[in-house]
Amino acid sequence: MSARVTAPDRTRALERREHPVLRVAAVVALLVLWELLTRTGRIPALFLPSPLGVIEAGVEMLRSGELLTHVATSLRRIVLGFGLGALGGVSVGLAVGFWSVAEAVGNPLIAATFPIPKIALLPLLILWLGIGEASKVAVITLGVFFPMAINTYTGVRTADPLLIRAAVSFGAGRWSLIRKVLLPSALPMIFAGLRLGAGTSLLLLVAAEMIAANAGIGYLVLHAQNLMETTNLMVGIVLLSLLGVASHWLLVRLERLAIPWRAS
Amino acid sequence: MRVVVEGVSKTYVDPRGRPVEALRDVSLSVEAEEFVALLGPSGCGKSTLLNIVAGLLRPSAGGVFLEGELGPGRPATAMVFQEFALFPWRTVQANVEFGLEELGVPPRERAARTREHLSLAGLAGFEARYPHQLSGGMRQRVGIARALAVDPALLLMDEPFSALDAQTRQLMQEELLAIRERTRKTILYVTHNIQEAVFLADRVVVLSRRPGRLLATVPVPLGRPRDETLLGRPEFTATVARLWALIRGEARQALQEAPA
Repeated sequence: MSARVTAPDRTRALERREHPVLRVAAVVALLVLWELLTRTGRIPALFLPSPLGVIEAGVEMLRSGELLTHVATSLRRIVLGFGLGALGGVSVGLAVGFWSVAEAVGNPLIAATFPIPKIALLPLLILWLGIGEASKVAVITLGVFFPMAINTYTGVRTADPLLIRAAVSFGAGRWSLIRKVLLPSALPMIFAGLRLGAGTSLLLLVAAEMIAANAGIGYLVLHAQNLMETTNLMVGIVLLSLLGVASHWLLVRLERLAIPWRAS
Repeated sequence: MRVVVEGVSKTYVDPRGRPVEALRDVSLSVEAEEFVALLGPSGCGKSTLLNIVAGLLRPSAGGVFLEGELGPGRPATAMVFQEFALFPWRTVQANVEFGLEELGVPPRERAARTREHLSLAGLAGFEARYPHQLSGGMRQRVGIARALAVDPALLLMDEPFSALDAQTRQLMQEELLAIRERTRKTILYVTHNIQEAVFLADRVVVLSRRPGRLLATVPVPLGRPRDETLLGRPEFTATVARLWALIRGEARQALQEAPA
């Protein structure tokens, strides 16, 4: 009689379970702990307002219309700046990736100007464009332009040469090649650039609004701090976090629409 | 349409700046409706020659000539690639339409011609799929449909089935023969597989190892239409043996050479 042994299952170490309840519970627990901590009265509300207090203040600001003004102002700046920067960056990236002349001219220029922290240019932009909307939109445009141009360029340069050859073998000209091969090849890189740019533009928005503005979420945060209204300051921070989450969600949606062949 | 390759040579410059001779004075012709296989050991420059015929590479010397009337809106050549080269962002339908778009065919005619070639290649019902949703064999059917849809005077095929498994390859070879029977296309087919060359072609042109020179032209003494029963016929086996004898020494030497 020979022994009979089950073949060993060695997958234990690779096991990774989903914890749907824990995900929600962690956030809720943090909020509850925070609320309880502020209720003890040991921490002054000036340093750490309670979560419920922040929500209350937010609702109050929404009712007075103050919140809407700040959000609308910020949204206009960021949408305009982001849109212009993305459009310019993709166009320049495609051109520099495709034409050797554009590459010779554009590459050193981009390499030289890319490392400048864009916020350092704000004083110059204010000097040139005035203290109004234009300088704030321009600084966001610049911040989005560079990651977009560099990512698009990389996407074009790493396009599959076989697909380029295939397109050319079917008689594709320059314009066809750019539109039907290089642009779709670069789309994943372009979307990575958009996600990078979204983060950068939020940062630049807040910085610009803290330096020179009388409306906007960045202004709201700084102004609240000046008046020692920490609860209102927290409202601004929560708004920024929501804005970040919303833009990420929107970009993920957009990416799925624009790159359907990647969805498996 | 007759295709003539006249005294074509090709010398590359490798990344270190040294010249590499890929082809030396190759001349051959493909008659109208003829199926010619270009056979040679790996690295013999047969794909280089095909790319020159396709207009994707410039020869260092010699030229490629098309003799006969090319109808309006008809391209001289269309290529089927070894690695399929389908556009991953285009559906099966849109991939097949690509060449027609570049020819400026209006949308309605494009759709009709695409439908016709999709069904010819056995792809009806797969129009809306993306390439990554298809098996290797199905992908190459798309590659074939895309090339046939533009109605080229000469169909170029660069080892189209060598990325497929052996069973699929056999089936695809038979399908290609059926398509050839229906369309009467003139075909220039690159392969390193002797059995495949004999099974498919009317004539096998043998190239030497690098630099590729014309070693021999061997006619295949088998009629058409053909099917798999032909694989056991003595004429088939004899032609395979004859080609192997020609190519054996070349392949052995190529094996011992460092890649260029």
